[in-house]
Amino acid sequence: MDKHLVEVKNLRTYFYTASGISKAVDGVSFTVDEGETLGIVGESGCGKSVMSASIMRLLASKAGKIVDGTVHFNGADVRALNENQLREFRGKDVAMIFQDPMTTLDPVFKIGDQMVEAIQAHENITKEEARRISAEALGKVGIPDPEKRLNSYPFELSGGMCQRVAIAMVLCGKPKLIIADEPTTALDVTMQAQILKLMKQLQTESHTAIMLITHNLGVVWEMCDRVMVMYAGRVVEQAAVKELYSNPMHPYTWGLMDSMPALNDTPKEPMSTIEGMPPDLRLVGKGCNFRDRCKYAQPQCAEVVPEPVDLGNGHCVACLLQTREHRLEREGGKRHG
Amino acid sequence: MAERDVLLEVEHLTKTFPIQGRNRERKQFLYALDDVSLQIHRGETLGVIGESGCGKSTLSRCIVSLHKATEGKIFLDGQDISQMRGKERKNMHRRIQMIFQDPYSSLDPRKTVAQSVMEPFIIHNIQPEGMSRLERALELIQAVGLDQYHMHRYPYEFSGGQRQRINIARALTVGPELLVCDEPVSALDVSMQAQVLNLLIRLQQEFHLTYLFISHDLSVIRYISDTIAVMYLGHIVELCPAGDIYQRPLHPYTQALLSAIPPSSPFEEKEQIELKGDIPSPIGRQPGCPLASRCQHCTQRCRTERPELKAVEKDHSVACFLYSQ
Repeated sequence: MDKHLVEVKNLRTYFYTASGISKAVDGVSFTVDEGETLGIVGESGCGKSVMSASIMRLLASKAGKIVDGTVHFNGADVRALNENQLREFRGKDVAMIFQDPMTTLDPVFKIGDQMVEAIQAHENITKEEARRISAEALGKVGIPDPEKRLNSYPFELSGGMCQRVAIAMVLCGKPKLIIADEPTTALDVTMQAQILKLMKQLQTESHTAIMLITHNLGVVWEMCDRVMVMYAGRVVEQAAVKELYSNPMHPYTWGLMDSMPALNDTPKEPMSTIEGMPPDLRLVGKGCNFRDRCKYAQPQCAEVVPEPVDLGNGHCVACLLQTREHRLEREGGKRHG
Repeated sequence: MAERDVLLEVEHLTKTFPIQGRNRERKQFLYALDDVSLQIHRGETLGVIGESGCGKSTLSRCIVSLHKATEGKIFLDGQDISQMRGKERKNMHRRIQMIFQDPYSSLDPRKTVAQSVMEPFIIHNIQPEGMSRLERALELIQAVGLDQYHMHRYPYEFSGGQRQRINIARALTVGPELLVCDEPVSALDVSMQAQVLNLLIRLQQEFHLTYLFISHDLSVIRYISDTIAVMYLGHIVELCPAGDIYQRPLHPYTQALLSAIPPSSPFEEKEQIELKGDIPSPIGRQPGCPLASRCQHCTQRCRTERPELKAVEKDHSVACFLYSQ
């Protein structure tokens, strides 16, 4: 078996609420290799962020619990790490970039002080040395006048600049894996393009693996090698980016791709949509979670939980109606590829 | 296209916000809108696109009179609404309604859907013809794709997409002609976004509505609009029919904006026109073109003189010296 950088198997994270058990992540398995970018797409509430928090062991232990599954990073079992080992693991091995750059940084401390704190948490070096490294990192992410910026407060910078600072901070730890949770959602398109370009460039330089969580398929097309589509806590489809684009298989992926307005669409023609809403995660468990919104649903969809099946080339689909022997005919929808 | 009748006209609209300097410095002004002129035709959709801080929302707020314009005039059917007072102004509000970006904060959490939707009837003292207010509210709720049993629920029981539907129903109660939509789908997921866009297009035909549609998403704007205005730093830099923006973007900013959109397929290799740095500060009136500091075609003239929005073709105007010979 090949050795993967990250190997997640059958991960289940449940939230125990007063009104029932919410199955936020329900049996997710995937791998990430070194230097690879894995895109994770899905609507809000499909478990993307809870999954990344589970991998980082960032869940508040009171409500959310990892009830099953394994997470291996570089061969080590992440679930078995103690607090001290976790401190090493977070930031040094795996780093996160969050959605909102303004809340990632502490508003009452200068940027330089925050970066120095992060560096000194992992390395036994002097403050001066840490400041030098910080300034270097800021320069690398394209912030003009980095020495001076170390003395700025976050509010003095724009959203895009703050996201650059957050990326610079991540770089200082030289992580092997970066989990980017919607890193460009809060930014404008021109700034998004700049940040994505920067992330790509840094990845080629340091051969870091990236898990890119997003709901924007366009960002996936641009950045990722492989992509995983999530729906209501489960992975419904997983494939290489080009394969998924030219040959999507799961009805949910079809809906997702069709409901994105494209620049070359006929204006004001009704767009195809996915009717209805994502299910309540407290009530799922039996059968396929997508069946209520699926045009193709059959009686058996309510009975059996579809397991991901590899249909060749690493293209996994979790749908009872898409098997090796039998394929669904896609109705309507835009022609891609 | 038949005769195009102008419903709303904005003339030389400027909106400044005073900024109190530190240590009793001289008072400065932030130019949120700087000499904006545009027209919206009846039954059509004008899409306004731009990055955050470009003045899109200020424009929409000026039009619904949430902000008082510093300079300039806004005409609705030939009447200047910026000068209206009292009863006249209240009646004008029946003709222009707004849908806000955040579907969570724009509904009163302590009112049921029915109460929220019926509130405009009470405010404007409207009695719907031949039916009770509740019946009319139900009609509207059904028109936006919700059901009778939703009427007596509270906002927290709804998803973002459903709340936006309630907001739309509430805006429709007073029978408006112009609906100002300030990023109505930005807070929604793609599948919800498509549903709400379809709804808005259907309602436009059903109720003969005119939209001013604001968004930062070019593909959404392109989809819903007849005419598109591109804004940058309080200025309109390009105004053109929706089809043209994709085929023939003229202004360097529009071109950069288009090139920054993520590709529509993994096979597409996009050439990026990079805009360097950030949007400059809108404080104080700068001479020259607003894009001068980030534009690759910038000349000496751009730094000292301001290009005006000029028609270079029929229906296609652009504010750039590259096209003024």
